Amino acid sequence: MNDSSLGQLVRLGDTRGVADLPAPDAAQAVLKDALSARPFDAAVTAFVLSCLPRSKAPVLWVQDRASRLENGRVYGPALKGVTLLRVEVSHARDVLWAMEEGAACAGLSAVVGEVHGAPPVLDFTATKRLAMRSEASGVPVWMIRSGAVEGLSAARERWRIGSLPSQIHTYNAAAPGAPVWEAELFRARGRSPGTWTVNHEGRENRLRFLPRSGDGPLEADHGRTAHAAG
Amino acid sequence: MDRWKRITAAQRTLPDETVPLVLTAAGRHGPVVHAVNAAGDARGIMAGARVVDVQAIHPDLHVEQADPQGDQALLERLAYWARRWCPWTVAEQDGILMDVRGAAHLFGGEAQMVRDMHSRFAMQGLRARLALAPTRGAAQMLARFGAQGAICGPEDLVSVLAPLPVSALRLPGDTVRLLERLGLKTISALEGVPRVGLMRRFAGVAEAVNPLVLLDRALGRSADPLDAPPDGQVMLARVRMAEPVIDPLPWVEGLAEDLTGQLAQAEQGARRLRLTIYRVDGEWRWRDVSTASASRDPAHFVRLVTRKLDGIDPGFGFDLMTLEALRTEPLTLHQDRLDGGRVAGADVAALLDRLTAKLGPSKVTWAAWIESHKPERVETGVPALAGTAQGAPDVPRARPLRLFDPPEEIAVLYAVPEGPPARFAWRRVAFLMARFEGPERIAPEWWRDRSGTRLRDYYKVEVTDGRRFWIFRDGIVGDARGGDPCWFVHGVFG
Repeated sequence: MNDSSLGQLVRLGDTRGVADLPAPDAAQAVLKDALSARPFDAAVTAFVLSCLPRSKAPVLWVQDRASRLENGRVYGPALKGVTLLRVEVSHARDVLWAMEEGAACAGLSAVVGEVHGAPPVLDFTATKRLAMRSEASGVPVWMIRSGAVEGLSAARERWRIGSLPSQIHTYNAAAPGAPVWEAELFRARGRSPGTWTVNHEGRENRLRFLPRSGDGPLEADHGRTAHAAG
Repeated sequence: MDRWKRITAAQRTLPDETVPLVLTAAGRHGPVVHAVNAAGDARGIMAGARVVDVQAIHPDLHVEQADPQGDQALLERLAYWARRWCPWTVAEQDGILMDVRGAAHLFGGEAQMVRDMHSRFAMQGLRARLALAPTRGAAQMLARFGAQGAICGPEDLVSVLAPLPVSALRLPGDTVRLLERLGLKTISALEGVPRVGLMRRFAGVAEAVNPLVLLDRALGRSADPLDAPPDGQVMLARVRMAEPVIDPLPWVEGLAEDLTGQLAQAEQGARRLRLTIYRVDGEWRWRDVSTASASRDPAHFVRLVTRKLDGIDPGFGFDLMTLEALRTEPLTLHQDRLDGGRVAGADVAALLDRLTAKLGPSKVTWAAWIESHKPERVETGVPALAGTAQGAPDVPRARPLRLFDPPEEIAVLYAVPEGPPARFAWRRVAFLMARFEGPERIAPEWWRDRSGTRLRDYYKVEVTDGRRFWIFRDGIVGDARGGDPCWFVHGVFG
């Protein structure tokens, strides 16, 4: 198939896009940041939840007081299949301490911490410690941050998630349908950053990444994401 | 009865001493009398009578619930306390047995010792009926049927026991009835019957309820040893300093090693630890830590205890420090896996200990659920050390990922007659509604809510930029429960 005007042979093989797969690998035990594009937007929470590994082991969920007031508490009945170990503290310093303890504990399936704003204790060193602990113990750690923060972080991937108008509801045109998010990977180690439109398929709990150009889903999305993002 | 008085007196006024008072227990045909006070005793109320009958005879009767389990627990504690007089004590159904052989001379003779026991029980607020006899059966009989504080020597054993009724032998009711029907009402009458006849009559009866066996034991013709439970073990490690020190940290590791050594020897693991420092000014300070599962890992103990040492006040220094395991559980050495890998469950238990020790039990919780229509009531937390994790319940409708507790009021900028407001402001940001779904009506729970609580109509609202809120209207116009209904944001969807 020669479809190039320059006479080159371009093969669109099965491996297209696999190396550049945007979906976060659920089993990859590193520290990842998830920032909220706008205030009071639960898209970040939903994105992180769909990226957690599917496991019976508990998820340690640490919230500080400011994020509880600002974004609300995580509501258990909405979390299917997640065993929630909740830690509610008042200061970001305690959030970091609890996350570090959790990140060192291989019995957990994941650790999620939430911090609102940019407290001085949450600096590059603190995130570096978290990242190293996570990589040593094999527990994925997610840090959800809200309140327009752009500070330094040692996170291996940094995402910024926001809501987009949802899909058309199947039966009711006036009702909101399945969620659509805009995911921007603005810093990553070992992969190129980018921006995608993400659909969440609730039944299989997997993410479908679409490039913003409207080319349709990435080919590899069907293969590896099914177990990676689940 | 004394225990009931002491517990109740702390909470409310007791009835007058002259009012007959009974404690009741559940019987086969309704409640029966379990214990009677002195006024009731004087009127002839017997334990075992039905409460309704007694009430019919004595209309001024005061009836209260008995607590047999609590009584038994108290007896068991008292049995250990009674080891101040002799090493062998055991709690039985309604009393304490003590083998004071060779111990009486320490208290100045048997009479002195009985008097001492009586006064010390009185100090505890308990009236004790005491009896001292050469055999266990005789002492049991005399304590219940003989004179108060009776002391009976080996030579007059037969003559003292002779006038007691046969029920004093602690026989079951039907055996007592059978003996009384035969005309054998007292011990002396039972003794008068030829042994062979009794043996043949009660050949198939178990030892513990056989009148002949019990009589032999009471009269010392057969052995009846006491099986006393062993003393509770105190797991305590202590370190004494040559001179007062301020900083407890350097000693904690040695204490933990010592304590875990003791625990390992007893095959126990600690669930609660207490570190106490004894200060030179005579005061002491302590810190308690709990563990999620029994443990005897010294490094873990050190980690737990050192976190709690921040606020401990050493004053002018302390010269004695102890680490005690307050609650222990059996913990045998075990190996779960052949490859020697770490156990995930044990890791999590240790994590719970550390988090709870530092942050407090109310801060570290497993999600737990109760049946409720109100969204904010469905989820409750159980302290991680006390409970276990539960899976989420099935909810019939989509629920938001995040919930505001309490709900936050929104300002309606542009209301529409049906459905949620087309424009609203929340946290000083104006939102324009694009699409909505609902309402989902959640009625107040009349069995739990205050009267006047209004029903809620919940809407899932998507604003123009895609954020989705869960908002509700508190009440409806014209429900006669307040003025115009207000709108609230209760959650956000992902």
